[in-house]
Amino acid sequence: MLSLRALDRKLLRDLRGMIGQALAIMFVIIAGVTTYVSMISIYDTLDGTLQRYYREYRFADGFASVRRAPEQVADRLREIPGVAELETRVVAGANLEVAGFGEPVMGLIVSLPEDRQPALNQLFIREGRLVQAGRENEVVVNEPFADAHGIRPGDELQAIISGRRRTLTVVGIALSPGYLMQIQPGTMFPDPQRFGVLWLGRTALAAAWDMEGAFNEVAFTLAPGATIDDVVTHVDLVLGAYGGTGAYGRADHPSHAMITEEFKQLQSMAAFLPVIFLAVAAFLLNIVVTRLISLQREQVAVLKAFGYTNRDVGWHYIKLVLVIATAGAIGGTLLGMWAGRAMGNLYLEFYRFPYLHYTLRPQVVITAVSLTTGAAVIGVLRAVRRAVRLPPAEAMRPAPPPRFRATFVERLGLHRFLDQPTRIILRNLERQPLRSALTVVGIAASCGILIAGLFFSDVIDEIVRVQFGLAQRDDVRVTFIEPTSMSALAELRALPGVQHAEPFRFVPARLRNGHRSYDTGIEGLPEDAYLRQIIDRELQPLAPPQDGIMLAMQLGRILDVGAGDEVVVEIMEGRRRTVSVPVAGMTEQYIGVGAYMEMDALNRLAGEGQAMSGALLLVDERYEDAMNAALRDRPRVASIVSQERAVSSYMDTAAESMLVFTAILSLFAGVIAFGVVYNSMRIALSERDRELASMRVLGFRRGEVAYILLGETGLLVLLAIPVGFLIGAGLAVWSIAAFESEMFSFPVVLARRTFGTAAIVVLVAAAISALLVRRQVHRLDMIAVLKTRE
Amino acid sequence: MGDVVFEARGLWKTYDMGEVQVHALRGVDLDLYAGELVVLLGASGSGKSTLVNILGGLDTATSGTVLYRGRDLTRADDAALTEYRRHYVGFVFQFYNLIPSLTARENVALVTEIAKDPMSPDEALGLVGLSGRMDHFPAQLSGGEQQRVAIARAISKRPAVLLCDEPTGALDSTTGVVVLDALARVNRELGTTTAIITHNVAQAEMAQRVIHLSDGTITGIVENANPRPARELTW
Repeated sequence: MLSLRALDRKLLRDLRGMIGQALAIMFVIIAGVTTYVSMISIYDTLDGTLQRYYREYRFADGFASVRRAPEQVADRLREIPGVAELETRVVAGANLEVAGFGEPVMGLIVSLPEDRQPALNQLFIREGRLVQAGRENEVVVNEPFADAHGIRPGDELQAIISGRRRTLTVVGIALSPGYLMQIQPGTMFPDPQRFGVLWLGRTALAAAWDMEGAFNEVAFTLAPGATIDDVVTHVDLVLGAYGGTGAYGRADHPSHAMITEEFKQLQSMAAFLPVIFLAVAAFLLNIVVTRLISLQREQVAVLKAFGYTNRDVGWHYIKLVLVIATAGAIGGTLLGMWAGRAMGNLYLEFYRFPYLHYTLRPQVVITAVSLTTGAAVIGVLRAVRRAVRLPPAEAMRPAPPPRFRATFVERLGLHRFLDQPTRIILRNLERQPLRSALTVVGIAASCGILIAGLFFSDVIDEIVRVQFGLAQRDDVRVTFIEPTSMSALAELRALPGVQHAEPFRFVPARLRNGHRSYDTGIEGLPEDAYLRQIIDRELQPLAPPQDGIMLAMQLGRILDVGAGDEVVVEIMEGRRRTVSVPVAGMTEQYIGVGAYMEMDALNRLAGEGQAMSGALLLVDERYEDAMNAALRDRPRVASIVSQERAVSSYMDTAAESMLVFTAILSLFAGVIAFGVVYNSMRIALSERDRELASMRVLGFRRGEVAYILLGETGLLVLLAIPVGFLIGAGLAVWSIAAFESEMFSFPVVLARRTFGTAAIVVLVAAAISALLVRRQVHRLDMIAVLKTRE
Repeated sequence: MGDVVFEARGLWKTYDMGEVQVHALRGVDLDLYAGELVVLLGASGSGKSTLVNILGGLDTATSGTVLYRGRDLTRADDAALTEYRRHYVGFVFQFYNLIPSLTARENVALVTEIAKDPMSPDEALGLVGLSGRMDHFPAQLSGGEQQRVAIARAISKRPAVLLCDEPTGALDSTTGVVVLDALARVNRELGTTTAIITHNVAQAEMAQRVIHLSDGTITGIVENANPRPARELTW
């Protein structure tokens, strides 16, 4: 039989007496620990899985693209100091036709050695097998694309490669570390329905793409101690003669860069969200225990009079707090593990890892528990110290009556407008400015967290509005395999349904300023371009410059140049000229790092005649299928991209996951708001039960009495909402800054809807607390309260 | 003697204390008349507070009836009792129960703001001799002064009945006399029916009638033809 010491029994009863408050605090702790454990563990899991996947499937350290290089060049590349292993391959663009899907589908076809895995960037075979030698029409399909169309091994696909239609038989469904996020070059969002990665045997692809005995991509690993920059320089020197477009390291690999950005954001969220929850929990524990101890000052005195030491008494209260904190930490850890796994599975859908290696480092649990209990204990120590400091005789006397004075509002002469209950509210608030302020901050924090969590969809909306409403107005973007004479424009204009067509020129280039350099492409636009607009910071259109080059602001920062400076442009195609060009101005670009010129000027810079890389089209929706069909079989067409479709399909998926995220975050933020509001009302009730009962005796109705109690906290809630708006806006600015990178420069946009949602969640949480506490007000025992001494 | 204000018949009050039942009142019959000042005298646990709480609408009887000017209080719900207290009853308690965040004047205003035909807070405080301390907070007032604020607060609504539960219980005798004198003055000048609970026999001398309670029953009612002025009391 378990025997409890009397003091511990008191502890359990005290707990039972404050069960509502204890639970409210516990929920806040659970929310904090759950976010902490789940976010850190999901980050560890994703990062660990990624590293393991990269290692097991031999993801390369460096990459380079080239127009066409004979296979022997590979041997020269292998001799470069620092290159450990190097493999060549052929990569080709294709138009695909999937039975039952009328829209254009672009394919990226990557070569695969027959009968074996490649040495680098190996495939994880989910289903089926690799391609076999001698079977030229066998193809392995990337899983997201296969899933999007319900493709299974044995199915057939139509592919138009270099203008030749072929029927391919799917033999395997696979994943590759190089295509974690399947984003088509030139687009923003993954769209597995309209873009797929396929693997074809090397022999077959080389034959179709005119690459027999040659390659157009290499991947390599680094020898220990080698640096990517040195190797890249050497690789570029070798490949330059064959039309190399610039080697790059893993950090610049599109799929890897994208995923790293996402992880970075996850990591920064994991750093601040739980801290807010834990801080609020510590604050709540602090005020609740301070109040409990002040209610029990006589009991403390009696215990001390009986010979319990200060340590005994202090430890007693710390144990009380530890029970709540530990229960919260354990609950939060379990819930966090569960949520971590659940989120992991969601991410698995998104990132397409072959497996998920769930990692929860013991340190994470230890940190969560010690942070929570530590915060709780520190929060409580002050109150405990005050309780044990009093000499017993003094502690047994009632506390001196609280001192009040007229409030600031009243001293301003506004008291005439205040009835007595309102004065009570104001004076109570002003007498405890620190507690009132902390309550405001606590509630505001929950409001702020919500805004910080929700505003990202506002940002995406704004990007879509700017990018697709202002900057890119085309329905379809057609890109040719290589620069083509301007006469192709007339051909495009003659296609069914094409209402308007504008040419564009795209020249891959390396921009340099001193030791700083960046590989990108220069986009050449006609002077009167309408479908593609360059915009300035105020979102006003700018004409593409005749003289000089216009840079995305991000690019200006990377190269450390501004308008009026010179940049060195190394053209990475054709005659590969290197020219110094003045910077004509800066342009706002949220995603990607572009450079722009007037099209003829760009052609002159490249040293080539009038040529276009592709065209932007406005298309009558009714003829779109006919136009797609007409374009698909043209050999020179490399890709047909319908931006709008891609965006809307992404937005649909994003909206769904956003809804789940919003719901969870609202719940957690609501828990914080509830925890703070409920506790502050309960404490106000325990401090003022006497006052309130007196007023009931004087004939005040229940509602009128509740007004004082709920009004006090209600006023704090109303104050907290605008403060929360500020905190939220601050967090938004901060997290945008944390998210900013070479690839992204996001606008800080906060929609009214976001503020509204945050305010509503806080108000609902406050209303629920108020309803619960109102019941306590109704149960006020007038007689018992009045019969006892203060 | 004036009209009957309260008419209590067969009042029982039983508290369930787990397995035992405690009878605080065992069949009390009592009439109180308009304008009289009565003292309820009895030892602690005799049931006097329970009786006054029921008369004042703070508590309800387990059985029996209480009529206030013909209205049945035993059948009233919480809202009706609240309205009753709001408009007709003034309470004074042993521990003052002032609102610490309101000044003396504001504590009185708390009641005058919701009453139908109140006097001004200044007038009520004047009646208890506190005109000079109206803007002080409870923490700045002595015990006797706080109790007089409580009396001013109770009478400011011109209640039909003033119920005082051990009003001098927390005070020394000199201060207690000042408080009782204030109560007597209110009874005299406003004609408010006043019931004072005490266990102090000396205070019974100021009453027109003394009602003795013991163990939940009325053991005797003594009429006092010549009540002594409160000022002359000592204990």
